[in-house]
Amino acid sequence: MTYREAARAAIRKALREDPRVFLMGEDVGGYGGAFAVSLGLLEEFGPERIRDAPLSESAFVGAGIGAALGGMRPIVEIMTVNFSMLAMDQILNNAATLRHMSGGQFNVPLVVRVATGGGRQMAAQHSHSLEGWYAHIPGIKVLTPATAADAYGMLLAALHEPDPVFIFEHATLYPLEGEVDEAAQLIDIVHASVTRKGKDVTLITYGGTLGKTMQAADRLAQEGIEAEVIDLRSLRPLDTPTILASVAKTHRAIVVDEGWRTGSFSAEISAQIVENAFDDLDAPVARVCSAEVPMPYAKHLETAALPKVEEIVSAAREMISRHD
Amino acid sequence: MTEFVMPQLGADMSAGKLLGWRKNVGESVRRGDIIADVETDKADIEIEVFTSGVIEKILVQPGEKVPVGTVLAIIRQEGEAAKAEAPLAPKAVPSEAAPAKPVAPVLPPRPAVTPSEPGRVHASPVAKKLAAELGIDLASLAGTGPGGRITLEDVQKAAQARAPQPAPTPELDRRARMRQAIAAAMARSKREIPHYYLSTAIDMSRVMAWLTQENLKRSVEDRLVYGVLLVKAVALALHDVPELNSVWSAGKAVQLTDIHVGAAISLRGGGLIAPALHNTDRQSLDELMKNFRDLVQRARAGSLRSSELSDPTITVTSLGEQGVEAVFGIIYPPQVALVGFGKITERPWSSGGQIVSRPVLTATLSGDHRVTDGHRGGLFLAAIDRILQEPEKL
Repeated sequence: MTYREAARAAIRKALREDPRVFLMGEDVGGYGGAFAVSLGLLEEFGPERIRDAPLSESAFVGAGIGAALGGMRPIVEIMTVNFSMLAMDQILNNAATLRHMSGGQFNVPLVVRVATGGGRQMAAQHSHSLEGWYAHIPGIKVLTPATAADAYGMLLAALHEPDPVFIFEHATLYPLEGEVDEAAQLIDIVHASVTRKGKDVTLITYGGTLGKTMQAADRLAQEGIEAEVIDLRSLRPLDTPTILASVAKTHRAIVVDEGWRTGSFSAEISAQIVENAFDDLDAPVARVCSAEVPMPYAKHLETAALPKVEEIVSAAREMISRHD
Repeated sequence: MTEFVMPQLGADMSAGKLLGWRKNVGESVRRGDIIADVETDKADIEIEVFTSGVIEKILVQPGEKVPVGTVLAIIRQEGEAAKAEAPLAPKAVPSEAAPAKPVAPVLPPRPAVTPSEPGRVHASPVAKKLAAELGIDLASLAGTGPGGRITLEDVQKAAQARAPQPAPTPELDRRARMRQAIAAAMARSKREIPHYYLSTAIDMSRVMAWLTQENLKRSVEDRLVYGVLLVKAVALALHDVPELNSVWSAGKAVQLTDIHVGAAISLRGGGLIAPALHNTDRQSLDELMKNFRDLVQRARAGSLRSSELSDPTITVTSLGEQGVEAVFGIIYPPQVALVGFGKITERPWSSGGQIVSRPVLTATLSGDHRVTDGHRGGLFLAAIDRILQEPEKL
């Protein structure tokens, strides 16, 4: 099934199994969701549980927090990360802090799904990759499913978490096909996965750039370079041990991140490697990120601004080839 | 253009290992700047430059050991035009329209790399770690990584290439090499220089009385030691007998105008070194005291400057602290004289028909008979005696 269908299947399963679960967001009902994830769910579950929200991210995220405090298990859909800034105060100052501020008396079991990323010619206001900003905040979890299986499994696992979980779904992934085991038990959402084994260089990525990174690893394999690919899956908590174990083996690391380079999550990973695996490194950590420009609308310019397979290949080649 | 060469930092130095550059190509240097560090058998020395200008080209890389006189770098002097750049090659004109090539991906521009401190070996952390474990000297490897960085693979290959051998402890190594260097210089001196020795006893009562009074006026850290007075007296006595302030060069003595007394300093762990107190005759006692302290500290820390090693025009050695009464030293070539001082002892002394007890110091001169005779040498020792009788004028 597709990534989109996997997300929908997970929401449906949760709605069926747990009466406390409901879905709320802009156009999730009658329209079926901006990315058609919730298509058909209104007909199946009715307007009480598939709730169209007014155009106010702050209001409906706040309502979700309130519902979670009241014992419900809300799934809030923020159409895209670009609009999530409007709810930032609710997220940062309420969702992430209430358990702490109440001395553990109240927790916020809220799941927020957010579409993220560029690559669809949506121009400078609708193409952001800001999940790294959220990963900065203690008190929430930040998941970045890159496969249909994770789109399905992570949502169900998130609903079992006592604290807010943000799931960033890269919008270019929705049509992606993948195998999903709907009968599986709850999956692990705190560990990274080594998607491809290799010994020469570690390529670290997550979400929307996993596909490009895997393609780059294929290309490198043709040149005799065996790249190991790590899909982080979760940005907070960050599975540093998996990264370090890989770097200890390959001695080289490249971080691929669709965020802008400066202050990006890739910088955090790079810092973790340098702090904890300095003596294992045979080269400076390299990064492949988006160009530091507002995202262009024109297709060729947008392509130029986003991380590219060729850039990942070049970075690895530069790092490994001899410079006699 | 001026050639900056590996200096000879003493007669016993035949080659030096460049430890690192303190200036890069394109940087301007001024006469007297320290621009490189060199390891000799005796010490790690800071090398000064004697030309002002801009470093045009660096010819020897850190880690290389080269003979004295090897050109290390080319310095473009002030006012000199930069070497003309090679003319740009004419652009190739394609004979026919070339098929469109896939455009290479454009990587984001990297921030300009700040030149790291010269002399630093560029090696990756894991390469450094392995090299340290295996006792491999990174400076001996050529890096194949970007920018010449030494990579893990470079160290692994070097490890395969050589059978693992325990690295000699550098300290022992240095000590042994210093002994060899001293041996070579002293053997050469005794082989080539016909030494003559003169000795005289000097009444030190005026000096010691003056010094006691003088030091009462001073705070503890500003107090003078009598050794500094002796050094100054030697420098002033050279005004009377300037031919002792010479070097033997190419078969003849060359008399020098500036007086730079080399003060023999014994090093912890053995060996000695006699760096220059520049323009000794023109320094005040306070300046000499300060500079002497600094010199001893730096000699023992191994951070002397090249001019301090190559400039001495005469050597003074004092072994009084060891209880020695008189020193008959070996001249350090190419110098032509060495003054030795023993310890000050209370002795019966005849003065004005009376036998009195006086603090007495034995001063000796080792002279190069090719350059001076005993007559001149005697005048020199007498001058030292005379000068020390008027300590307030030092």
